[in-house]
Amino acid sequence: MAMTKSQSTNTAKLSLGPLMFNWPAEKWRDFYFRIADEATVDTVYLGEVVCSKRTSFFEPHLADVIERLQGAGKEVVLSTLALVMTDREMGQIRAVTGSDEIVVEANDVSTVSLSAGRSHVIGPFVNVYNEGTLEFFARRGATRICLPVEVSAPTLAVLSAKAEQLGIEIETIVFGRLPLAVSARCYHARAHNLNKGGCEFVCAEDRDGLDLETLDGKSFLTVNGTQTLSDSCCNLLAEVDAMRDMGVRRFRLSPQDVDMVAVAKVFRDVIDGRTEIAEASRHIEKLAQRFTFSNGYFYGVEGAQMVLDQRFV
Amino acid sequence: MTDALELVCPAGTPAALRAAVQAGADSVYLGFRDETNARNFPGLNFSRDELAANIEFAHGHDVRILVAINTYPEAGNPSPWHQAVDDAALLGADAVILADIGLLDYTTNKHPQLRRHLSVQASASNPESINFYHKNFGVKRVVLPRVLSVAEITKLNSHIDVETEVFVFGGLCVMAEGRCALSSYATGVSPNKNGACSPASHVRYEETGGKLVSRLGDYVINEFSNDEPAGYPTLCKGRFVTNDTASYLFEEPTSLSVFMMLPELSKAGVTALKIEGRQRGRAYVSSVVSSFRQAVDAVAQGQPPPSIDLSNLSEGGRQTTGVYEKTWR
Repeated sequence: MAMTKSQSTNTAKLSLGPLMFNWPAEKWRDFYFRIADEATVDTVYLGEVVCSKRTSFFEPHLADVIERLQGAGKEVVLSTLALVMTDREMGQIRAVTGSDEIVVEANDVSTVSLSAGRSHVIGPFVNVYNEGTLEFFARRGATRICLPVEVSAPTLAVLSAKAEQLGIEIETIVFGRLPLAVSARCYHARAHNLNKGGCEFVCAEDRDGLDLETLDGKSFLTVNGTQTLSDSCCNLLAEVDAMRDMGVRRFRLSPQDVDMVAVAKVFRDVIDGRTEIAEASRHIEKLAQRFTFSNGYFYGVEGAQMVLDQRFV
Repeated sequence: MTDALELVCPAGTPAALRAAVQAGADSVYLGFRDETNARNFPGLNFSRDELAANIEFAHGHDVRILVAINTYPEAGNPSPWHQAVDDAALLGADAVILADIGLLDYTTNKHPQLRRHLSVQASASNPESINFYHKNFGVKRVVLPRVLSVAEITKLNSHIDVETEVFVFGGLCVMAEGRCALSSYATGVSPNKNGACSPASHVRYEETGGKLVSRLGDYVINEFSNDEPAGYPTLCKGRFVTNDTASYLFEEPTSLSVFMMLPELSKAGVTALKIEGRQRGRAYVSSVVSSFRQAVDAVAQGQPPPSIDLSNLSEGGRQTTGVYEKTWR
């Protein structure tokens, strides 16, 4: 029997990145239960990346969700805060990095520091732009690095080759609104004439974040608490094959309030060579029809652009 | 009397450097004329020859030169960044200001004697991060990201063994520095990779319907009626619409000024004060630096800062104390 792509040596894994948005606890739990039961992803990143004030909402369900995901054979990684400022936040990071029970995704250098000597993932909020930084982190125990949103195809190629040489994995975001910035200030609260201290958790009203438009009504960005994301939804479905040839071993889907089980299946089928790109693209457009798509960073142009001319590759 | 705060001043040109030195700078920071620094704008920065001459000039006045090499080296092309560090060392710079971990690693190994400062672009906002850079790369000073209040800076200083430098005047990033891709999302030009935010090459002004509209790339950043002064369309100082309401959601077009807070910053254990503005002319540099010189000297004598109005040097004439007061968040 001929080897299918999934059996060949350059097969790739699929991850579900951490949820960026503040969903009600029950919705959060049920989302992950369904991912555990139905989604064709290998790894699930859990935990709060944006605002430490949200953690208490989903924490009561965390152990159950981890158990369900692990029971379904999925690797669970605990994602951590991108911006660590207070003693309380630093304490939370110390607690999770001090436990051997679960692999941590470090999204700030403080967390990288505390993870030294044990297996850990470097998340997309830590700046890894070149092989010098990649090698430094690999030496200190990083086993996987999910690259920042700005990386272009040539950078991916260089870093994947270096990662292969060092025996670590490169992961990159291929679906979801792109996390573009983080601040000490809460813009969600500000949009409601509140401030971060008295935010009333208004971010929970917007399941995919709060739309931000220009004065002439053009969709531009998405406000999510202290985080700012793209309005467009990254879609690198058509680039998956090219990235796999470069040596990218993992693709990350960033959760949006769409049918993520179906989104994962589309990507899985493309990775495994079961669906043609054109058909898969039509599926994704339907599943995420309220979003416009972008892939510009991959092609080294404006991140907001959707480049359709594959000759750029 | 306390130890005087060190006044760290910007220079985008040799003329600005001389102005800063003559106005009382303790240190001047600058960059090479390429993508290795975070103010990579046309017509700015220093050639190798200019740096050599100006180091001699500055040292003749007991002023230190700090070379910012604070963008993130391109994958597969580390040479321009390595060369910048090598040249800064060779020409006798007093310190280099770095952000990238790979470049810090290179500098630590290749030039162990060259003093290393951590750039604000590394966004080290807590003791664990700062101690990481100190332990691994012998970093002597960290430029703090604009995310911490004065109370938090005080506490932070009690947990670290390195000097801290804080921004006190000029342009104000509202996002954590070095962790913002807004500009590259709209223009393809990245502060982290190319050293330019909201680049002039992508700015357009259009007159439509009696209004002046400013754009960055494909996006309207602001519009002004005839009686409003039109500002530069820096992305995060733009006017945008959320919930059907137009506002300066991220930040108003304003400049940071904590002139009157210098006594508190001194008590917080800060070592150095940084003035932003390598893109500014010598008149601006001269005026801001001499004002801060007077203030720093007064604070060192236990006196309050003198009453000097700097609002004419601020963007749109407006000033904020930013994150140093917790209510900003």
